[in-house]
Amino acid sequence: MKEKDNDSSKKSSLMTRRTFLKGGALTTAALSTGVLGAEVGEAHLALEDYPSALKRATVTLKVNGLRHRLEVEPRTTLLEVLREELQLTGTKKGCDRGQCGSCTVLLNGRPVYSCLSLAIEAVGKEILTIEGISDGETLHPVQRAFVQEMGLQCGFCSPGQILATVALLGKNPSPSEAQIRQALAGNLCRCGAYPMIFKSVQTAARLR
Amino acid sequence: MTLEEVIEREGYSVIGRPTPKKDGWIKATGEAKFADDLYFPGMLHGKLLRSPLPHARILHIDTSRAEKLPGVRGVVTAKDFPGILYGDFAHTRDYLPLAQDRVRYIGEEVAAVAATDMDTAEEALDLICVEYEPLPAVFSPEEAMQPEAPQLYDRAPNNIASKSEFHYGDVEKGLAESDYVREDTFETQSMKQGMLEPHACVGLWEGSGKITLWSCKSSPYVVWRHLAMGLGVDPGNIRVIQTYIGGSFSGGKQEGMPMDFCAVILSKKTGRPVKFVHTMDEVLVIGHMRHSMKIRLKTGVKRDGTLVAQHCRIIANGGAHASIGQLSIFLPGLGLNLPYRVPNVQMESYRIYTNTGFAGALRSHTQPQICFARESQIEMIAKELDLDPVEMRRKNARAGGDVTPSGFKLGTFGFLDGLDRVIEASGWREKYGKLPRGRGIGMAGSGMISGARLMSHSASSAQIKIREDGTVALMTGSADIGQGADTVLSMIAAEVLGVRVDDVTYAMIDSDVTPLDPGAFSSRVTLWTGNAVKQAAEDARKQLEEVAAQKLKADPKHLVFRDRRVYVRHDPQRGMDFASLVRSTQNRLGHPVMGQGSYTSGDEPIAVQGGYGNASPAYSASVVVVEVEVDEETGHVTLAGIWNASDCGFPLNPMAVAGQSMGAFTMSMGQALYENLIRIEGQVMNPSFRDYKMPLIVDLPKVENVHLFDIITNDPNGPFGAKEAGQGPGDGVIAALANAIYNATGVRVKSLPISPSKILSGLEESRSNKP
Repeated sequence: MKEKDNDSSKKSSLMTRRTFLKGGALTTAALSTGVLGAEVGEAHLALEDYPSALKRATVTLKVNGLRHRLEVEPRTTLLEVLREELQLTGTKKGCDRGQCGSCTVLLNGRPVYSCLSLAIEAVGKEILTIEGISDGETLHPVQRAFVQEMGLQCGFCSPGQILATVALLGKNPSPSEAQIRQALAGNLCRCGAYPMIFKSVQTAARLR
Repeated sequence: MTLEEVIEREGYSVIGRPTPKKDGWIKATGEAKFADDLYFPGMLHGKLLRSPLPHARILHIDTSRAEKLPGVRGVVTAKDFPGILYGDFAHTRDYLPLAQDRVRYIGEEVAAVAATDMDTAEEALDLICVEYEPLPAVFSPEEAMQPEAPQLYDRAPNNIASKSEFHYGDVEKGLAESDYVREDTFETQSMKQGMLEPHACVGLWEGSGKITLWSCKSSPYVVWRHLAMGLGVDPGNIRVIQTYIGGSFSGGKQEGMPMDFCAVILSKKTGRPVKFVHTMDEVLVIGHMRHSMKIRLKTGVKRDGTLVAQHCRIIANGGAHASIGQLSIFLPGLGLNLPYRVPNVQMESYRIYTNTGFAGALRSHTQPQICFARESQIEMIAKELDLDPVEMRRKNARAGGDVTPSGFKLGTFGFLDGLDRVIEASGWREKYGKLPRGRGIGMAGSGMISGARLMSHSASSAQIKIREDGTVALMTGSADIGQGADTVLSMIAAEVLGVRVDDVTYAMIDSDVTPLDPGAFSSRVTLWTGNAVKQAAEDARKQLEEVAAQKLKADPKHLVFRDRRVYVRHDPQRGMDFASLVRSTQNRLGHPVMGQGSYTSGDEPIAVQGGYGNASPAYSASVVVVEVEVDEETGHVTLAGIWNASDCGFPLNPMAVAGQSMGAFTMSMGQALYENLIRIEGQVMNPSFRDYKMPLIVDLPKVENVHLFDIITNDPNGPFGAKEAGQGPGDGVIAALANAIYNATGVRVKSLPISPSKILSGLEESRSNKP
């Protein structure tokens, strides 16, 4: 590979994206762990060294009450399966790193970031997405509350906010002010509709 | 006048009433299709290769290995484009779809691939080999201005990308005649728009030459122009179709981006639709961010606090491209003309090229920065002169009817009303200087334009078609980006035509179909597009009035359109159903009811280099008070209360105005306290929302401590008196927080963000200064 015959005496540098990424990843690892241990080195073995085809697993996922038989790679996230395989695009891909909350879905009633959950981990669990909470054209009370109180602006974070609220009210029908804030602390809203989101949750608690 | 009094006096049936967003249902169910939610048969997935170096010559790009990878359908580099620069201001235009022979920042787009799936596309990027010759790079604007610094562009000596200079009155004389002169330097940081939806698009180039781009664009017509420019094709061949937009804040969705060009050119190459979606790391690494600024502000005042002269010098980090920097560097001048009467003002502002991601607009384009400087300094001056900061602001405040030194004509300007409201509501008099240590209250004032009259294309247009069932199809060129354009514009049409908001459908923007409009930015939609919609609705109503007058044997002047009926004012029984009137007009008489309207605000030009003239048809004023609690052990700031008064002219949709006001507030709060795009040698060090911190629900005060006030001034230039509401309410927030933190701790922080460490070192310093 060209990148391997890098010669420091040459004025020009040959760069591929991988050498760039490796440098970046190592720096990040060094920053976060403070050491450059053997595992870090191993983790950055060239991709070519891994088997070319990762084994696919056949799994059954129960999404919004319906069973889907799917072939997935073990590394595939639940978010990818929902969006790419099942075309349930109501679950949004924001940061894809578990930092924004746009991809929140419920697993057995608990809110999870679907971008940080593997599809194979969801086997045997009830997966609930935004598409599964209304009853036909009748909105779920939480959805109704978000619409009425305008707990949304651009709407990108709304499916996540709504599902986080459904989860909260599922286990705590009359949450305190602090409990509401805590339950939604993992869902960013860059439009800054927070007070309206807060009121939506309160209204939803009343509507239920 | 109160909201209710205006509604009563004017007899409004739709506007002025809190109305939830029209697209709430589709967004709450997840049915709204954002750009990444689009899937087409045979669609390919694209990825962009980015420069790993801050400044380098591209010697050679070898794409052969990538092309051979199974699943790869196409690879493109700059050679696939005609090499035409695109962008906004002709004299600063410097974008290319892909870097041609030089890269100027880490993250700049160099090549693109399209493959059958995303993994293959990523793998293909690894196989592209780019030979670079590194060039010396420069990262700080001050260094970049030095004569020996590396030059980014031949056309820009000393790396001055753009500048704006003006001088009204005589600042030197003013300063000499002042009793007190104060000079401070304030520094603001780079900040990202932080929209949660990454940029995404699908491009299709058909054999016929028709080019279609589906994308989350807040200004589809700007993109339409950019695409035509950079591709070197006839604009008539290009169609830009807007999808739902997951936040814009001018983070790139307002213009043509490399991904858009690559999607369509790769579609041409492969014969398939091609989708591109940025990862969030990419979004945070590439350009589009708020300018970081060094603001040197010198202000002269009389002993009683009367402002006499103000001199401002700004150096802004523009990054590697011009973007709309010519406008960015003109706009801080607004801050020197609003909201106070300063007879002598001078500004020299420079936007400097550096080898970092480029800066451009971000919600309230440069205003929060200049307000931070001015409103912090006013507070310091008041303290020095032992004046009440509220009274000092009151003494200098502008009012409706004023003309500023640079020629802004303030029709209405509710600054003093706003000031009174927040002072009273916040209990300022009982709190200022009387709160326990660690607790503080602060305020700031600001002014904002309702749409700049500075672009070559400023005018808005609107069309209305009435269907036979009495429902109204409204089309404009202003995208709904979450701000509520769909609802407020529909409300205007519904009010004029006497139908319900639900009877009006608001079209997504499609450059083949919807009327021309520059788009959603500059706080322009409600006033500019709103006026166009009002006119279009009046045009349609007039067409119906003629028929209704004949049918009801009445004077058209006496007809009332209300509640889906048309009737005679003094005899409401004499009337008819709106839908049957439409059917008679259209289906029997053969007059299709189609209204059109447009709005512009004069055509005398203003030079963005700092020219004299009226920058906008209307100006809004905001005054904000915040109360904070500062933990002196950790430096952590807790926001305890917000009182924000904004003169939106008239709140057509009070619910959306509140949403906008909070949105602007929250974004500025993020800039004040948390956000900072950290770059070392041009490398973004925190390209994730874990490390780039934005406000969360837990950072806001309890709802009962959030108080928003609409100041009603009924601006004669606004549709039903309305002005902007989406940006002004955030302008003073940073300064208000800085002032409150000072009030709580005695620590004055003049650089952003006001991080806990800065507060702690300030506290440390004040402790060590004590005997």
